[in-house]
Amino acid sequence: MVTKKLEPIESRFETFQILNPEGEVVNKDAVPDLSDEQLKELMRRMVYTRIWDQRALSLNRQGRLGFYAPTAGQEASMLASHFAMEKEDWLLPSYRDIPQLVFHGVPLVKAFLYSRGHFKGGQYEGVNALMPQIIIAAQCTQTAGVALGLKKRGKKNVAFTYFGDGATSQGDFYEGLNFAGTYNAPAVFISQNNRFAISVPVEKQTAAKTLAQKAVAAGIRGVQVDGMDPLAVYVVTKEARERAIAGEGPTLIETLTYRYGPHTTAGDDPTRYRSDELTNEWEQKDPLIRFRKYLEGRNLWSKEEEEATVEQAKEDIKAALKEADQTPKQKVTDLIKIMFEKLPYNLQEQFDEYSKKESK
Amino acid sequence: MAQMTMIQAITDAMRIELKRDENVLVFGEDVGKNGGVFRATEGLQDEFGEDRVFDTPLAESGIGGLALGLAMQGFRPVMEIQFFGFVFEAMDSIASQMARLRYRSGGKYHAPVTIRSPFGGGVHTPELHADSLEGLFLQTPGVKVVIPSNPYDAKGLLISAIRDNDPVIFLEHMKLYRSFRGEVPEGEYTVEIGKANIVREGSDVSIITYGAMVQTSLKAAEKLAEEGIQAEVIDLRTISPLDVETIVSSIKKTNRAVVVQEAQKQAGIAAHVIAEINDRAILHLEAPVGRVTAPDTVFPFSEAESVWLPNENDVIEKVKATINF
Repeated sequence: MVTKKLEPIESRFETFQILNPEGEVVNKDAVPDLSDEQLKELMRRMVYTRIWDQRALSLNRQGRLGFYAPTAGQEASMLASHFAMEKEDWLLPSYRDIPQLVFHGVPLVKAFLYSRGHFKGGQYEGVNALMPQIIIAAQCTQTAGVALGLKKRGKKNVAFTYFGDGATSQGDFYEGLNFAGTYNAPAVFISQNNRFAISVPVEKQTAAKTLAQKAVAAGIRGVQVDGMDPLAVYVVTKEARERAIAGEGPTLIETLTYRYGPHTTAGDDPTRYRSDELTNEWEQKDPLIRFRKYLEGRNLWSKEEEEATVEQAKEDIKAALKEADQTPKQKVTDLIKIMFEKLPYNLQEQFDEYSKKESK
Repeated sequence: MAQMTMIQAITDAMRIELKRDENVLVFGEDVGKNGGVFRATEGLQDEFGEDRVFDTPLAESGIGGLALGLAMQGFRPVMEIQFFGFVFEAMDSIASQMARLRYRSGGKYHAPVTIRSPFGGGVHTPELHADSLEGLFLQTPGVKVVIPSNPYDAKGLLISAIRDNDPVIFLEHMKLYRSFRGEVPEGEYTVEIGKANIVREGSDVSIITYGAMVQTSLKAAEKLAEEGIQAEVIDLRTISPLDVETIVSSIKKTNRAVVVQEAQKQAGIAAHVIAEINDRAILHLEAPVGRVTAPDTVFPFSEAESVWLPNENDVIEKVKATINF
C-alpha cells in the first residue's frame, strides 16, 4: 500500500478536557488562570442563557416570538468560548449563536426583534459583530475577510466565527479556513459539533473521525475539545486567540456538544432521528451541572446566586419583550429606503407607491 | 489626451483609485504578479505592493466572502471573477450576502464592493467562460450592473463603481478589450452610473443596446443610413438601474424601437427594457418593439459562436421590420 492510513492523523485529535462530568479537575496543569469573579460570571452567563432558552421556547409557543434556534446543552460551547473574546474582537455567528451576540454587547431586545423578523434586530450599535448567518458556512469566508482586514489595519484583534457540524461539509467552510490560513489572518473558527445537522448525524456527514482534523488540509491548527466542559472550551479558545494575535495563524476548534431541544422552533421533532437514550446520555454531561459542582466545591456558587441569576434573566427578558412590543412595526418603505445609499428610479417609484399603501 | 484600449483604460482607473484612496484593494485569481489573465491589473502589484494588490486562492465564493469581510473593516474591495461564467460559484456571496448587507443590518453596514469580470462571446474561449449572465443580476435586488462599451466609459464608470457605496458588478466584454482604441483623458473623471448615452442621433428608430452590441448596432446604423433610415443608438452603459428617461425621450422622438442584446432572449435585459417602454411610452409607438438576441440555448462551443451571436444584419433586418410594420 502506497497510501497511508488515516489513523495516524486522527489519533492526534484527542478530546481536550479539564473538568469531567462530575465537575472534578482531570487535567490540573491546564486549569485556566481565571479570577473567582470571572468564574462566577461565566456561570451566571450559562444559567442566564438556559433560562432565556426556556422562556424563548415558551414565548414561541405563545406566538410572541418567531424563529428561534434552541441553545440548551451548548452553553459551555457558546459562552466559554466567547468568554475568551475581547470587546473589540469581531463575532460572526450562525443563527443559533444569539447568546454570544448578546454577551458581546447586542441588547436582548434586538435578539427578540431578530426572532420576530424585524429589521432593527440586525441594527447593531457599537458592537463588532455581523448579523446571524443563515447560509451554512457563508460566515467562514467572511471571517477570513474580516480577519485579513484586522491584520491589514494592524489591530490586535481576532475574528471569531461559529457554525455547526453540518457546516464543515460546505465548500465555504474549507474556503474560509484555506483563505485565512493562506493570509495567516487572525481568525478562530469554532465548529459546534452537536451531533446532528437538523436530522443527519455527523457520522453520515463525513468519513472524518473528528471535525478538528479538517484543519490539517488547510494547513492550520485544529483541536477537539469537550464542549460540555466550560474550562476546557475557554482554554483552547483563549490559546487560539493568543496564537492568532501573535501572528501564528488561524485555528479550527471543534466542540463536542449536544442540543437538548429541536433544531429550531419551526416544527422540528428530534424523536424522528435520535433516541431518548442518547439525549439522556448527553444530559449527564450537562455543562451547567458540571460547572456548578466545580464552583460549589470551591465555595464560589450558592443557591442564592443561582436564584438571583434566574430572577435577573426573567426580569431582563420581560423588559426586552416589552421594548420589542413597543417597537413600531417594520414597513416595506423602511426596507425600500435602505436597499441602496441613493434610491434608483424604480425604488423611488415603489417607495411612493408603498407610502400610499401603508398610509391607508 | 491619450489613445487607449479598453483594458488600458480599466487598468488606469484602478491605478487612479489605488493611488487616491488607501482603502481600495484589488484582488482575485492571478491578479498579482501575473497582472490578471487579460493583464487588467498589469503593474499594479509592483506599484502598490502586495498588501494592496494580491492573489487569492482559486475559489470564487471565498473571494466574495473575503470582499465582504474586508468591507466590514472599512476597505473598498475591487475583486475580480476571472471569467463571468464562473460567477455561479460566487452567487451566494454576491446575491445573498453583499446585496442584503444594508437591509440585514438595518442600514448600519454596507458593502462598497466592485466585482470586475470579463464576459461576452466572439473570442473563442473554452466553454463556460463567455456567457452573458448579466440578466441574473437584474433579478438581484441590491446590486448595480454596469457594462461599458468603449475605453472612455470604461475608465469613468469603473472609477464611479469603486467610489460607489453599494455593490457594483462591472462587466468587461472580452471582445472590446483590445479591439479598438479611444480617447481617454488623463487623471480622474467619472461617468455616472445609471445614465445611458446616445452614441448616434437619429429620428426614425431607437436602437437600445449595451456592451459589444453597441459597435454592432453602430455599424448597422451606418448601413441603414445609406438606405435613408436614421437610427438613434442608445448605449445603456448601466443595465441596473436602467436610464428610462433617456429611453423614453428617444422613443417619443422616433416612435420605434429595437432592443439589441448578446444574451439569450428569455427574461433578458431586452425583455425588461420592453416592459419599461410598455409602462411609459406605449402610446408613442408606431410598431411593436423589436428584439435582437441570441437563441435560448446555453452558450455554444466556439465553432458555433459566430452564427449564434447576433450580428449587424440581424439588427438591420429587425429595424427594417419595425420600420415597415
